Amino acid sequence: MTKLIVDGKEIDVPAEYTLLQACEEAGAEIPRFCFHERLSVAGNCRMCLVEIKGAPKPIASCAWGVRDCRPGPNGEPPEISTRSPTVKKAREGVMEFLLINHPLDCPICDQGGECDLQDQAMAYGVDSSRFHENKRAVEDKYIGPLVKTWMNRCIHCTRCVRFATEVAGVPDLGAIGRGEDMEITTYLEKAMGSELQSCVADLCPVGALTSKPYAYTARPWEMTKTESVDVMDAVGSAIRVDSRGREVMRILPRVNEAINEEWITDKTRHIIDGLRRQRLDRPYVRENGKLRPASWQEAFGAIAKAVGAASPECIGAIVGDLPAVEEIYALKELMTSLGVANLDARQDGAALDPALGRGSYVFNSTIEGIEEADAILIVGSNPRIEASLVNVRIRKRFRMGPPPIGVIGEKADLTYDYDYLGAGPDTLADIASGKHPFAKVLSEAERPLIILGQGALMREDGAAIMALAAKAAETVGAVTDDWNGFNVLHTAAARVGALDLGFVPGEGGLDAQAMAGEGALDVLFLLGADEIAIPPGAFVIYQGTHGDRGAHRADVILPGATYTEKSGTFVNTEGRVQIANRAAFPPGDAREDWAILRALSDQLGHKLPFDNLAQLREKLYAAYPHMASVDAIAQSDVAAAVKAAAGLKGKPGDAPFASPVKDFYLTNPIARASAIMAECSALAAGESREAAE
Amino acid sequence: MAVRRLAPEAVQPKEFSFTPETEAWTKQLVAKYPQGRQASAVIPLLWRVQTDCGGWLPQKAIEAVSERLEMPYIRVYEVATFYTMFNLEPVGKFYVQMCGTTPCMLRGSNEIRKVLEERIGAQQTVSDDGLFSWLEVECLGACCNAPMVQINDDYYEDLTPENFNKLLDDLAAGKKVNVGSQTGRKSSEPQDDVKTLTDPALYDGSLVGAWRKRFEEEAAQRPAEGKDKAEKEKTGKESLEKEAKKAEKEAAVAPKKGHPDAGRATERPVADAPAQQKAAGEEAVDLEAEDKDIAEKLAALSKDASPEEKADAVGSRPKALKKPRKDKPDDLKKISGIGPANEEKLHNLGIYHYDQIAQWGRPEIRWVGQFLSFAGRIDREDWVAQAKALAAGDTES
Repeated sequence: MTKLIVDGKEIDVPAEYTLLQACEEAGAEIPRFCFHERLSVAGNCRMCLVEIKGAPKPIASCAWGVRDCRPGPNGEPPEISTRSPTVKKAREGVMEFLLINHPLDCPICDQGGECDLQDQAMAYGVDSSRFHENKRAVEDKYIGPLVKTWMNRCIHCTRCVRFATEVAGVPDLGAIGRGEDMEITTYLEKAMGSELQSCVADLCPVGALTSKPYAYTARPWEMTKTESVDVMDAVGSAIRVDSRGREVMRILPRVNEAINEEWITDKTRHIIDGLRRQRLDRPYVRENGKLRPASWQEAFGAIAKAVGAASPECIGAIVGDLPAVEEIYALKELMTSLGVANLDARQDGAALDPALGRGSYVFNSTIEGIEEADAILIVGSNPRIEASLVNVRIRKRFRMGPPPIGVIGEKADLTYDYDYLGAGPDTLADIASGKHPFAKVLSEAERPLIILGQGALMREDGAAIMALAAKAAETVGAVTDDWNGFNVLHTAAARVGALDLGFVPGEGGLDAQAMAGEGALDVLFLLGADEIAIPPGAFVIYQGTHGDRGAHRADVILPGATYTEKSGTFVNTEGRVQIANRAAFPPGDAREDWAILRALSDQLGHKLPFDNLAQLREKLYAAYPHMASVDAIAQSDVAAAVKAAAGLKGKPGDAPFASPVKDFYLTNPIARASAIMAECSALAAGESREAAE
Repeated sequence: MAVRRLAPEAVQPKEFSFTPETEAWTKQLVAKYPQGRQASAVIPLLWRVQTDCGGWLPQKAIEAVSERLEMPYIRVYEVATFYTMFNLEPVGKFYVQMCGTTPCMLRGSNEIRKVLEERIGAQQTVSDDGLFSWLEVECLGACCNAPMVQINDDYYEDLTPENFNKLLDDLAAGKKVNVGSQTGRKSSEPQDDVKTLTDPALYDGSLVGAWRKRFEEEAAQRPAEGKDKAEKEKTGKESLEKEAKKAEKEAAVAPKKGHPDAGRATERPVADAPAQQKAAGEEAVDLEAEDKDIAEKLAALSKDASPEEKADAVGSRPKALKKPRKDKPDDLKKISGIGPANEEKLHNLGIYHYDQIAQWGRPEIRWVGQFLSFAGRIDREDWVAQAKALAAGDTES
């Protein structure tokens, strides 16, 4: 710790702090453009100038270490002033230079109202310009379908370049030319190749990079801001949903150090047009092979007729990837009261069994814990497209000093270097038995981390692979008293919550694959399940939000609410319980999902014992106490779960592992309804075709 | 300088590959850098590839360099667009960079430009025969031989439209040309006759030591000058002396009066040798002898003697005050060497003010030094003098 005097206030800060951090610690506000906590220091905007007693010139505080400050002649602590006249004058000078080439187009700029330059010009700008030459004119660049450029506004802070290179790991952006002619661009104006590319629009302190789909649609001050969580993958990123009236206008990241830091994926951010398109806004009933709009009563009547005619063994329910815990709980209660055992939340057939213990199906190390790992093994997963922000954490760990990283499965560009160990179960078996050289690397590591992806589990031999992975974890000592290195990486936001509720086949019940078998069931209830093909025969009830695969097959459609239209609990891949809040209302006759199930239960003569969300949650929390501790991860006995998983029987096959996510941009019904995601998908497909040639 | 982009697609070659020589050279180049740092070779490699490609960098060459050095394309593109020595568009076999900066312009670079425009055409276009292209650049640093141009790797100086035309003719005809001055001047020597340093005496050794002799002669002449002047000088000298003496006196008690707000003890030469002290009018102290004396006295004491007993043996206790005058002690920490701990100890001894310390003689210094158990330090840091200065400052303010 080092003593400093900032504006007359003595503080004690670690020597590795920069002056900017130290000043913030002392409560002084330092303006900045190029500095960003999560990026490397560039020191090129000069806005953060401060004065150090004894230094001849003002100093850029972002690039000056506390340990570089010299004490006074008698060992007095260094004195820094952030509010002296010199500092103010220096910052005003910097601001004047920045404004020389910055256009005066705030009224038509999308950044207006949330622009760092605008705000700081209020504090340090002068009211008129002394510059009488022509302003610089820069051609706008194409850098992809998500980020709009207006390069006249660029102040060359290079945050975007540093983000692309350091955090995203896709060094597509660069600054060409020099001096006044410096321009930010991609190589030959190709689209950026990162799934986090729209974060550069957040980072841009001015209006040079803004969101293309959001362009000219709203002003920040006219929107209602709702804090929520994302359901596009199982990471559960913290988001802020900005809505105007009934419409969601945009989604921005919120800071959550434990999960997404302050990044979100493009899918999280840009599916908002998918929330509007192809929505189911009224119930439908199939008559003579065609769906026709119906009233709620008609729809419920049709369901009551079908359910009444079927025996409980011939009724089944499948939960999809997006429902919240509340409706899964309601559905489970309803089905149990009907005596139905055919329940499943694993449409992809992943070999996850809550009976083994919670430790066998969550990401036990936690996402933040990745930073502590000193050896990583990724099995059957491509974290970059399955859970991009987990991949960002692995890359962050990689940049701290590369740990050994091994991959079994697809050989993909993960944005960091890794050892490719093999494609399939054989390699995993070698590691489990300790034969493979990488097993030794993992054993020698203090905190080895094994990530088991859905690609390894959603196969015929999934249970055998789970057993192998658990054995490998035991062999290398991944689970100890103070470290849980056995992790399952999910791709579906609803999955962990459903498994927590035990939404799996009861005694003698069929699993999802069996339920989807020809003639297996008479009545099938799909709660947002779109990723599974149902053969003709059964009477299918689809409750969901979009006219996707499930709705096309359905005999009755019950229109539900998306995650931005209801208050719902989601459990992320770590087992962290989070609540998404309502930012808008469902369209037309669509209702919140738990309410639909409650109304349906009344029609079926098995009325569920709650009349509102609060009562439902009371019941839910009584039955599953860990759901009550929001933003926390319930402790579980991971060692026992891994031991139980290692005891699973089965013979692993030879087929190589393949990632379940074939197209990052089109993984769920909301994304499939989005035109922007379709454009991104086509672009990505074109690029990968090019790469394959 | 304008925005620099890659050449249009029409002129870009379809393919590029390293020549075997360049490949071998690159291998050596990359080997110079540690593993994983091969990107350091980017500038020399681009330069070499530019030479191989006839003086410019096609897109494929930039990409080949990126791949060879395992860098993203954009990183190499950044370097290629940053440095103006990399040409992104085709150039002629003879690439003329004409200096148009002030010295060359004053010496006639506009004429040279006219020649270029007539013979080659607009800037950055290659002449029809593919031999020439030209560009106006900023100062190339050969102003003494202005006007000048750089053609490929060489400078051609002292140009006139005539000799420049001839030079270009010769280059086009493949004749041998002279690099450097086109008027036969040797490097940047004076153009016609030499006007300075012409005295032959400069070179025969007769001037060695001449300046000293000149000063001696001047000094010898001085007494011969008028009496008035001498007297005036004398009074002047006296007043100067007076002033100096006054300053010296003041400096002894209030050094660096110019910065009264510095608030910190000033540095001064410490541990003066006895001779210096004597010269300064102080009582000379033979510290070595004193140390010896102290050691003897201490040896005579019993081993478990208290610090006070030891101190009494070697010196005499300084006069103490019961409490600070006006209940306001001076900040003794201003004396370099006294920290908070020592200040407290001194307070316990009844010493609160600078003038108390300033009055210490040898016995007191020895006593305190022994008591605080850092013998010699009071002398080394000269607390007494520091205290004198501070006390003087105090009374003044």
